[in-house]
Amino acid sequence: MFDVLIIGAGICGTYIARELSRFKLRVALIDKANDVSNGTTKANSAIIHAGYDPEPGTLMAKLNARGNPMFDPICHDLDVPFQRIGSFVLAFNQDDLKIIRNLYNRGIQNSIRNMDLIDKNQLHYLEPSIHPNAVGALYAKTAGIIGPWELAIALAENAMDNGVKLFLNNTVQAIHKEDSVFTVKTQNSTFHSKIVINCAGVHAARINNLIAPAAFKINQRRGEYYVLDKTASDLIHHVIFQPPGSYGKGVLITPTVHGNVLVGPNSDFVTDDDALQTTDGGLDFVREMSKKSYQNIPFNKTINIFAGLRAEPDTGDFIIGESPDVKGFLNVAGIKSPGLSASPAIAEMVVEIVDRITSGLKPNPAFKATRKKVYHFSEMTDMEKSNLIDRDPRYARIVCRCENITEGEIVDAIHRNAGATTVDGVKRRVRPGTGRCQGGFCMPRVIEILARELKQDMSTILKDGPNSQIITGTTKTVDTIKHEETVVA
Amino acid sequence: MQSKEIICTACPIGCRLTVYRDESAEKGFQIEGNTCKRGIDYAITEMTDPRRILTSTIKISNSSYKRLPVRTESAIPMGKIFDCMNEINRITVKCPVKMGAVLIKNIAETGISLISSRDMNNQIPINQ
Amino acid sequence: MQDYDLVVVGGGPAGLAAAIEARKNGVKNILVLERDIELGGILQQCIHNGFGLHVFKEELTGPEYAQRFINELSDLGIEYKIDTMVIDISNIKTITAVNSKDGLITFSANAIILAMGCRERTRGAIQIPGTRPAGILTAGTAQRFINIEGHMIGRRIVILGSGDIGLIMARRLTLEGAKVLAVAELMPYSSGLTRNIVQCLHDYDIPLLLSHTVTNIKGKDRVEGVSVAQVDENLKPIAKTEMFYECDTLLLSVGLIPENELSLQAGIQLDSKTSGPIVNEIMETNIEGIFACGNVVHVHDLVDYVTEEARKAGASAAHYILEEINEKSPSIPVVPETGISYVIPQKIRLDNLNGSLDLLFRVNSVYRNAKICVQLDGKIIKELKRRYLAPGEMERIQIDSEFIRKAQPKQITLNVEGEKTHYAI
Repeated sequence: MFDVLIIGAGICGTYIARELSRFKLRVALIDKANDVSNGTTKANSAIIHAGYDPEPGTLMAKLNARGNPMFDPICHDLDVPFQRIGSFVLAFNQDDLKIIRNLYNRGIQNSIRNMDLIDKNQLHYLEPSIHPNAVGALYAKTAGIIGPWELAIALAENAMDNGVKLFLNNTVQAIHKEDSVFTVKTQNSTFHSKIVINCAGVHAARINNLIAPAAFKINQRRGEYYVLDKTASDLIHHVIFQPPGSYGKGVLITPTVHGNVLVGPNSDFVTDDDALQTTDGGLDFVREMSKKSYQNIPFNKTINIFAGLRAEPDTGDFIIGESPDVKGFLNVAGIKSPGLSASPAIAEMVVEIVDRITSGLKPNPAFKATRKKVYHFSEMTDMEKSNLIDRDPRYARIVCRCENITEGEIVDAIHRNAGATTVDGVKRRVRPGTGRCQGGFCMPRVIEILARELKQDMSTILKDGPNSQIITGTTKTVDTIKHEETVVA
Repeated sequence: MQSKEIICTACPIGCRLTVYRDESAEKGFQIEGNTCKRGIDYAITEMTDPRRILTSTIKISNSSYKRLPVRTESAIPMGKIFDCMNEINRITVKCPVKMGAVLIKNIAETGISLISSRDMNNQIPINQ
Repeated sequence: MQDYDLVVVGGGPAGLAAAIEARKNGVKNILVLERDIELGGILQQCIHNGFGLHVFKEELTGPEYAQRFINELSDLGIEYKIDTMVIDISNIKTITAVNSKDGLITFSANAIILAMGCRERTRGAIQIPGTRPAGILTAGTAQRFINIEGHMIGRRIVILGSGDIGLIMARRLTLEGAKVLAVAELMPYSSGLTRNIVQCLHDYDIPLLLSHTVTNIKGKDRVEGVSVAQVDENLKPIAKTEMFYECDTLLLSVGLIPENELSLQAGIQLDSKTSGPIVNEIMETNIEGIFACGNVVHVHDLVDYVTEEARKAGASAAHYILEEINEKSPSIPVVPETGISYVIPQKIRLDNLNGSLDLLFRVNSVYRNAKICVQLDGKIIKELKRRYLAPGEMERIQIDSEFIRKAQPKQITLNVEGEKTHYAI
């Protein structure tokens, strides 16, 4: 029996779990995937918005403004990469200047500080390579970039360190309520809880509708991105937005916390469940649109392309609160941009609601706000490296040559709470496979380490999803078989 | 068969040859498309007794790597390739092995041996 | 910090040959650093034959070729460390490396030879749209899984890229019981050796689709199929020609890129056409005493040429250490012109030339009945007639150094004339 059951271990679910773990509560965090942060949280722009963009008076506006300054302490405590590099919304003509002035005013209404309207000279001084056609910009100094899945993973780990139970591979199929207790059935288990919090991302409407009357719709909007090699990092030093206008929201260019560059996204309404493919049309759109901000983006330095899904609410705003129809059932739905930026404030708001519902939360005296130290070998001094190697020689074996990641870091990432169980899980935690060679060198070694540490056969090790084995068998199958005709359609 | 199109691999030019069966010709074939005499020899060999060196790996036990690279000592008839593979696949050799060691004599009745392509032992480095 | 006369970064065919040659030319303290658990580099997974035709006049497999050099290195008592990753090289010739036996170690060297080889181009880099399931591998990674570790990586395979690695793997996978449905090649000609087209594709009835590319990948967790379409003269897919292949694996053999992360860290200038260091007549980079050879300079087709190039680098490093090189001598550029993608070396110092000057180059198109011209300040001094030239086959032209030195040119240029064409194999 749990006090709180959270459905969905993305940035919202993990943040709420971690904040609830400050209190004496039995909390369960469940997710349908085989890892945390496997939905939108792992495929987005990774930007912490300053907060001028959302419509004043909305939850989006309030929570973005409140959430933005909260990132420094959480990222410090949990050792998550975060840089407050500032953002520009560019203006290319008089109409655009009006638009950015409106955004500025909106920002004032949203209580956003440290914003400036800057002219061409100032803009080019701060971003020398920006397109010469840019005549000015809205400069927001509080905008930043973050590792979004790193944060979600760290929150999940810290939550579990503080007593939260994580149940992966659990897809919710039915929810019933009887006598103030919810029964949540998944394909594997049955959970009982006094409170259920729906953080199910693009599936939030489906989850709501299992227990409450349909109150909102979530549409999936796909965005596609290019990831450029670190040698392109000189390109820009701030987040670069295009002015929202008749041609749509425009495409952004941003550095990432790891030194890569992201270019994207477009926005396509998609109906297939998890329609995560990149498309020719989408990628072409991103390339064309990005040229407005930069003349010569080095797309030949692309190392990866990906797509992510936004959970777009038909209400136009976040849907956060106790269901009017089902007491104890909380929705945290429609968390599209600025969802990531608002996440600390979303968690705070949800904790307040839980506090109210339970008539008072008692603090957990054993709560630890930080997690076990994470060693980033490539960022350490020679002396620190040597000391670390003395303690654990696995830190002397470099597995990922592109990013200089050691075996020690990989083993550590597997054995922590909410640890990695897949190749991509290792990639998201400690980065082998995110570099130039995209796993060409390190993947066999990562599979070997996973198999050894998890005591599994190498052929069972997954890339990501449940049927994504990389190795299909062994060589030397007796009697090579004759094949049927090629199927070509 | 009337004619066959093949590519000569005697030199990098890669002449495209057309080979006709012709009982009246010296070796039983008429060849067109070659630039030099090597093309004729190549074509006739490909038609009458095409052979290939087979390289593969074999299972090996008690060693640092689970597979040992192997090769046929000389070219075997093309038709025997899969028979050789089946024979290779059934066997596990034991470590240590020296490069050149005969692992299977007269593989698939070809009269040709299968030999090891490298030294293998159960230490690291493996080839010292 | 340990001091060596010469440190060689990389214990594959280039590093081994360079170290051996340096020792034979009088260098005493040599250290070879290798990141894998044994010497031999990529050759250990190249279990097919075709190596050594020039150097040994025999046809060896990769491991056999490697073993010759490993034995010679050992016989000469040259020191090496395995399982050791170099993580930094400075422009003052200090090296930082790490392994689990010694921990973090630093070296200073009088000379360094870079022999780090190359890596494979990836799916992300060529931007194939679609999903990102398991079952997409570069051919070299697949080769490692299959040959070294004995794992199979798929049952129904489509291969993109008809370079030698793709062709070799088509045969390898077939012999291990997989079904290779097709090899698609973007260009109208294959970049692989003709011998491999015959012995890897024709022998096994594997179709070669020239002027085709993969336009989409389907599959949620694992590849379920790929779309393949013909491309036009601008290499853009022609939509109506798209075909869907049901498969569980897409193997990519779409190019090799010299691995110069460490070179960049050291401040070495790279040639954007090769992605490798700019080198002079003795395989020296822009930093005095740092040399480079093998695939890290430019991607080779034949390991025999790697060995020859590495021997030159090793001998040069020896001369440098023994202070026999005139470092201050001015250099002149070697410029690739019409029809030539790149030439190695990119610069030469006339005073340091002796014997023959070897120019290694690739053409940028397939030529028939071609003529390669070497010019000194616009004057043709050598012409080489070739019946057939292709981008996939590196060529070499040798010129007598004495002749060049006498002429004292300001630049050397290389160009090719002939019929641009391609075989539809």
